[in-house]
This record gives sequence, C-alpha cells and structure tokens, in this order.
Amino acid sequence: MTATLLSVRGLRKRFGGLVATDGVDLDVRDGEIHALIGPNGAGKTTLLTQLFGELTHDEGAITLSGEEIGALSTPQRVKRGVARTFQITQLLPDFTMLDNVALAVQAHDGHSFRFFGNARRDEALRARARQHLATAGLSHRAEIKVADLSHGEQKQLEFAIALACEPRLLLLDEPMAGLGHAESEQMVAMLSGLKGRVTMLLVEHDMDAVFALADRISVLVYGRVIATGTAEQIRDNPEVRTAYLGEGDA
Amino acid sequence: MTLVLEQLLNGLQFGVMLFLLAAGLTLIFGIMGVINLAHGSLYMVGAYAAAFAAAQTGSFLLALLAGLAAAAVTGIVMELVVLRRLYARDHLDQVLATFALILIFNQSVTILFGRQPLFVAIPPALNGSVQLLPGLVYPVYRLAIIAVGLLVALGLYLLINRTRVGMLVRAGATHREMVRALGVDIRLLYTAVFGLGALLAGLAGLMAGPILAVQVGMGEQILIMTFVVVVIGGVGSIRGAFFGALIVGLVDTSLRAFAPGLLRHVMTGSEADALGAGLASMGIYLLMAIVLLVRPKGLFPAHV
Amino acid sequence: MSENALIRTDTTASGLGRIIALIALAAALIALPFVVQALGQPALVPLATRVLIYAIAAASLNLALGFGGMVSFGHAAFFGIGGYAVGILYRTFADDALFLGFIPGTDQLLITLPAAILVAGFFACIIGALSLRTAGVQFIMITLAFAQMLFFLFVSLKAYGGDDGMTIRRRNALFDLNTRDDVTFYFICLAIAALVFLVLWRIVGSRFGLVLAGIRQNERRMAAIGIAPYRYKLAAFIISGMGAGLAGALMANYLRFVSPDMLHWTKSGELMIMVILGGVGTLLGPLLGAAALVILETVLTGWTEHWQLVLGPILLLVVLFTQGGLNGLLTRLGLGRSAP
Repeated sequence: MTATLLSVRGLRKRFGGLVATDGVDLDVRDGEIHALIGPNGAGKTTLLTQLFGELTHDEGAITLSGEEIGALSTPQRVKRGVARTFQITQLLPDFTMLDNVALAVQAHDGHSFRFFGNARRDEALRARARQHLATAGLSHRAEIKVADLSHGEQKQLEFAIALACEPRLLLLDEPMAGLGHAESEQMVAMLSGLKGRVTMLLVEHDMDAVFALADRISVLVYGRVIATGTAEQIRDNPEVRTAYLGEGDA
Repeated sequence: MTLVLEQLLNGLQFGVMLFLLAAGLTLIFGIMGVINLAHGSLYMVGAYAAAFAAAQTGSFLLALLAGLAAAAVTGIVMELVVLRRLYARDHLDQVLATFALILIFNQSVTILFGRQPLFVAIPPALNGSVQLLPGLVYPVYRLAIIAVGLLVALGLYLLINRTRVGMLVRAGATHREMVRALGVDIRLLYTAVFGLGALLAGLAGLMAGPILAVQVGMGEQILIMTFVVVVIGGVGSIRGAFFGALIVGLVDTSLRAFAPGLLRHVMTGSEADALGAGLASMGIYLLMAIVLLVRPKGLFPAHV
Repeated sequence: MSENALIRTDTTASGLGRIIALIALAAALIALPFVVQALGQPALVPLATRVLIYAIAAASLNLALGFGGMVSFGHAAFFGIGGYAVGILYRTFADDALFLGFIPGTDQLLITLPAAILVAGFFACIIGALSLRTAGVQFIMITLAFAQMLFFLFVSLKAYGGDDGMTIRRRNALFDLNTRDDVTFYFICLAIAALVFLVLWRIVGSRFGLVLAGIRQNERRMAAIGIAPYRYKLAAFIISGMGAGLAGALMANYLRFVSPDMLHWTKSGELMIMVILGGVGTLLGPLLGAAALVILETVLTGWTEHWQLVLGPILLLVVLFTQGGLNGLLTRLGLGRSAP
C-alpha cells in the first residue's frame, strides 16, 4: 500500500450562510494523479485554495506526510513541497517567461536577500529556469513578456513555474481551461510525463483529460466528497450519475 | 467632575463632526475604491460658503443652504471632471490628482478670501448656554452640533440598512464587481454616493465655522484625523466610522484638556504644557498604531 | 501599479545609447558650476544642489513606491528626521552638551550623515512594520498619519526650536573642505547623489530587487512560489527611509536650518510629485522629476505668489494624461533610458 502524501479530514468552510466546504475527507497517495471533479459550484477551487493556505479553513485537518500543515501560511507550505497552478493565471505581467520561472527557482533556492549581484546574469539560475521552460515546451518563447503571451502559453507558463518550485504535491486548478485541442493534448502529455515523480491533485472539467491521467478520482458535490475510486468505479457509481446527469429519482 | 463632563461633551461634539466627514470618506473608499484627498476641500468650501452667505445676508438659514449647496455642487463637479477618470487608476494616481485638487482649491480660496481667518458668528437662535446639570453649563450651539450629528448618524443607519439604495451601497462596499455585474447603473450610484459624502462634508464645515477657524488649510488638518478615524473604524464601514469618530473625538479632546494638567504633577509648568500639547497631538496616532497592532483591518471592518 | 512602472528587460541594442546618455549627463553635472559661472548665473549652483538633494529623496521614495508598489504618503517624516539628526547633533555640539545624557554632539559630516541614515532607518522600521500590516488605501492613510504624528512631535520639542525651527550656524565639516562654499557643497552632494543612484541601481537589479518587483506585480503569485512578501516590503521601506533621511541631512546642511515643515505632509506630496513627474519605477526618473519640480517652483514663484494654482492643473494634467512622466516622454523620443 503506497503511502498517503496528503490527508484531509473533516474540512469545513463557511461564508456567512453559504457552506462551501462541508466536511471533506480526502486522501492523495504518494505518486498518484488524483482527479477532483464535480459540478460547477461544488467548491473545488475553494478546496484547493484552502489546501494551499490562501484561505483559512474553519474546521478540519490538513496533513502532508504526517505533518499538520493547516496552520502554515502559503509560503511555508510551498517550502514544505506544495505548489499550485491557478485557473485564472497569476503571473508577473511585466516580466518575461524566463524571468517568471527564474524567480521561482530563486525563491526555491532561498537566497533572496542578496542586494548587489545582478540576478539576471546569474547563469546557474537562468539555466535551471530554461530547463523547466523546456519541460513545458516553452523554450522558444522564453524572452517574451507575459503580457504578450497567448492564453495557452500563459497556462503552460503556470505549469513551468510550478515545476520550478520542485514540489512533492502539485495542486492543479483546471489546467486545461481555455486551451484548444492541440494545447490540451500537449498539457496532458506533460502531466503524464510527470507521473510518479510528482504527486498531483487535479481539478478538471475536461473528462477526456481526467480519464487519461487520473489514477483515482474523487467527486465533490455541494462541498462534500460523495465518491472516491478508479475511473471505472466512478463511472458506474449511481450517486455520481445522479449528481452529474440528474438520472434516477433526483 | 463637571469639567470632565464638559470635556466629554466636547469630545462628543468633535466626534460627530469627524463622523460626518468619515462617513462620506469611508463610503467612497469602500464603494468606489478611490482615495480622495480633496474631501477636506469640500469641508472648507462648505465653511467658506456659509461664512460668506452669513456675512452678506445675516441669515443663518441662507448660510446653511449656501454651505450645503456649495459643497454639493463642488462635489458633483469634482466627481464629473476629475474623480470619474480615477476609478480605474491606481492609488498613486488618485493621491496625486486629488492632491492637485487641494492645491487648486486652497489657492483659489486664498485669492477669493485672503489668508486671514474669517470670523463667523454663532447664529442668534443658538447662542448662549444652557444648564444641563447643576454646575454644568454648556453652549447651546455645541449641543445643536451633537444633535445634528446624531440625527445624521441615525438617518444614515436607516438609509444604509433599511432601504434598497442602502442595500446597493452595502453591496457595493463589499462586492463592487458583483453590483456592476447585476446591471445596476454604477455610475449613478457612484455620483450619488459622492454627492452624499460632499453634502456631509459641507455640513460639517458650515457647522464648524463659528467654533473653529475658517481658513485655508482647515480641510487638510481635519482630513488627516478623519483618515485616522477610518483606519481605526475600518474601511467601508459606517458603523466603524461612527464608533471610530467618537473614540477619536473623545481621546483627542481628553488628551488636550487633561494631559498638560496631569503632567504638571511630575514636571515643571512650561515643560508640562509643551509635552502635554505634544502628547495630545500625537495621542490619536498612537491609538491608531495600537489598534493596527491588534486589528489591522480596524475595529468594525466592512468585510473581515 | 500603473503602466508607468514598466521594468523592461535589458536590450543591448540601446545599451550603447544609454551609456552615452549617462556619460553626457555626468559630464553636464560636473561641468555645471563652471558653465553657470561663465554665464554669470552663480545662483544656479545652489539651485542645482537643491535638485540633487531632492533627487536623492525622490529616488529613495521611488524604491518603495515605484519598484515596491508601496504608496507611502509619509516619507517626509524620514526626510525631516534626517534633517533633525543633523540639527540636534549640531546643537548638542555647539552647547558642548550630551544628547539624552550620553550622546555627544558633532559637526562632522562623516558622522552626521550615517547618524541620520541610521535614525531614519530606525523610524522607517517601526512605521513600516506597523503600516505594512495593511495595504491599499489603508496603507496610504496610515503612513500619512504616522508622518503627521512625528510632525507634531517635533513641533512640541521646544528645546529644538519647536514650530519655529532651529538654525544651524555652520554646515557640517568634511575633512578640510570649505563646505560653506556653494560649489564645494554642490560637488559633495553630487558625489553622494551619484553613490545613492549607483546603490539603488544595483539593488533594483539584484535578487532582492527582482523579488520586490515581483511583489509589486502580483503578491499572490509570489506567495505561491514561497516568498513571504512582508519582510521584503519592509526591507525596501527601511532602505527607502534611510535614503530619505540622508537627503534630509544634506538639506539641513544646505539650508543651515531645520524645522517641522520638513515633515509636513505637503512635503511628502512634493516628493511623490517628483516621482510621478519623472516617471514612476524608473531609475533616473526621480532626478528628472526633482529638477522639473524645483525649477518649476522657482520660475513660478517669480511670477506669482499663487504659483500652486499653476502647479495644480499641471500636476492634474500630468497624472491624468501622460504615461510615464518625463522619463516616458524622453524614452519615446529615443533619448532617455528605461529601467533595467
């Protein structure tokens, strides 16, 4: 039985009268790609945001390799090996692609209180950044400013930056959103390439991608996980069918 | 004891004036996301217009109307000509553009009225003092200010919490984009909110005339204290503006009244006076620092 | 942050052009005293000195504001503290007394300048630590309020002049130089300004500078790569305060006078005007902006006592309708340099 990397127990989050996360229990195994699917408004992004520490949960426990990380800030969780891509890209618009990734590499290194060396001439840093860009298939666009990139390239850049953080657990928030067919295939290929080396919790609507990539799938409805299992098990699960397709007595 | 009560009333009076300014300011911050340094200029315009009208006509009523009208009109013109262009801009641009407005207003007023402070008489109907308690005699005019201030506070409370417009205002303060997405004519809402803020500032200014100096620069002095009120109370929150204003008003007045006296117990007269005055001026800023340490978003933030 | 704050990456194509422009600027500044002497306008030297001093203050503010995205409306406080450091040290020296009972006075520039830097930095640390717990309009208001608090503090210090201020009989001494001489003092300020701009240039291009720029552009993204923004913003704020303090110390020497007016909130506004006139977030912008405002003020005061009525609309037009201030204008004309 492979080890559990991320363990979530009884997570709850309320916004006034709205219960966004209603007692979520979830386990992500080391090395797997675990997909999180569910209808719109189920609370998937809210869950990721709480796991990443950008939103404080009201109740529950979040454990990473046995260590409780619920009280840690986002930068602290990143230092523990968690990284995230954003559905609405969060990039540094005035910088180039290479700058964006290099900064992530620099942050990972941890020596950012250096005041005098020219950071853009740090070849060791830039080389590693270029490597991550290459993995994401973006080498040819390295010197382009983010503001001048296409949407698909921005999503790929998100991915490259996340790689630069050298995470153990990667939280992916709809990486396929807004991508065309070819770009989606590219992204699926890249994620496949990472399989086994980086554990991933993948929030996605694109079912082709989900079934192609995921080892296991959890279904989130109204803030609760109603089912977890392999693709087969989820496809055949009657509750899931009801929630998604409105079949049965609903 | 009566001295303490008298100072408490003074603090209350100063507090409600701060509230009139802070309420408008906090709504404008909260709903439009705009920082308007020229808010103090509206206060000044109200004061000067009222003073001028009173001197020309001798009628308190006309002075009142003149002050309110001048402030409201100035505010609306300000909004249409300058503020509108700033809603989408970043804070630095807003600060500098409204700072430019202050320069323009101050110099214009100097040209029109000179640098000497204007004298404004207390309206005869509100002149004199009244005995509130045995031994406690208090000016009627200041009581009137307190009454007006509290009435406005009540009115604002009802407006914000019990009317549809108020609901829009509350929604706008916490979820600007959502209100826009719902198809509400946001520009009309903005202009209305701004106009209301200008009116309140003008009211504060015209009421201040008889008891404070009507001179160029009066707006900025009180504006900075209003900022402290908004920070302590919480940006975007009328409740915060109210309680913040009362706290600041009371603390500031009490320090000014009692600090030198208290210090005289431990040091010589002139030193005590100087240090006391210094502490009194600094007091509310120290209070702000303490509140910030404990509650960075203020005491009653609009959204936590 | 407005589009004014573009940080363009190094493009070697215009690299040579920039170096030539810089050398030309340096040459012009060095030659200035001699040229104006020849033109029979020696009073322009003190004017240029004022420009240089304000340029240091504006450039320091620009680090926090332009590069760091922190709209501090209280930098006059650090400017004034630097000035008062010089003033108080000189008064203590002249009275042959001990400040706070144990600090001797001095009239040595080599001591007063570092002292001013350290004291200003100390206050920047406290004010920054508190203010940076907030953001947006709150931050602006809080920095303004703290500066105002310090203004009132110095007004209440009767021992050091209070509201009227304090004269400083002689400028601080530097080795055997005659600091009283306008030209000598000009070159001292020029050297210090050059040093400050050099240091700021290095900081902006360093690892720290890139992190700061990243924080300005997207704090959420920075947190997501493991950077906790607060400490970097605070560091930038402190450095920025130290620079403003240095400028204040030089100003106190220049005027041979300090008063609470140096800490007045309108002074903070002036510094911000210089930054925006010159071009926010660019390296030489502050110098251009300081020159523009000082010269504008000098010229306008000659015409009318109501010069602010002219400055107001100009400022309004610059804010509303120009992108990038003077530096942006020059860049578009192909003459200026953009930030690295």
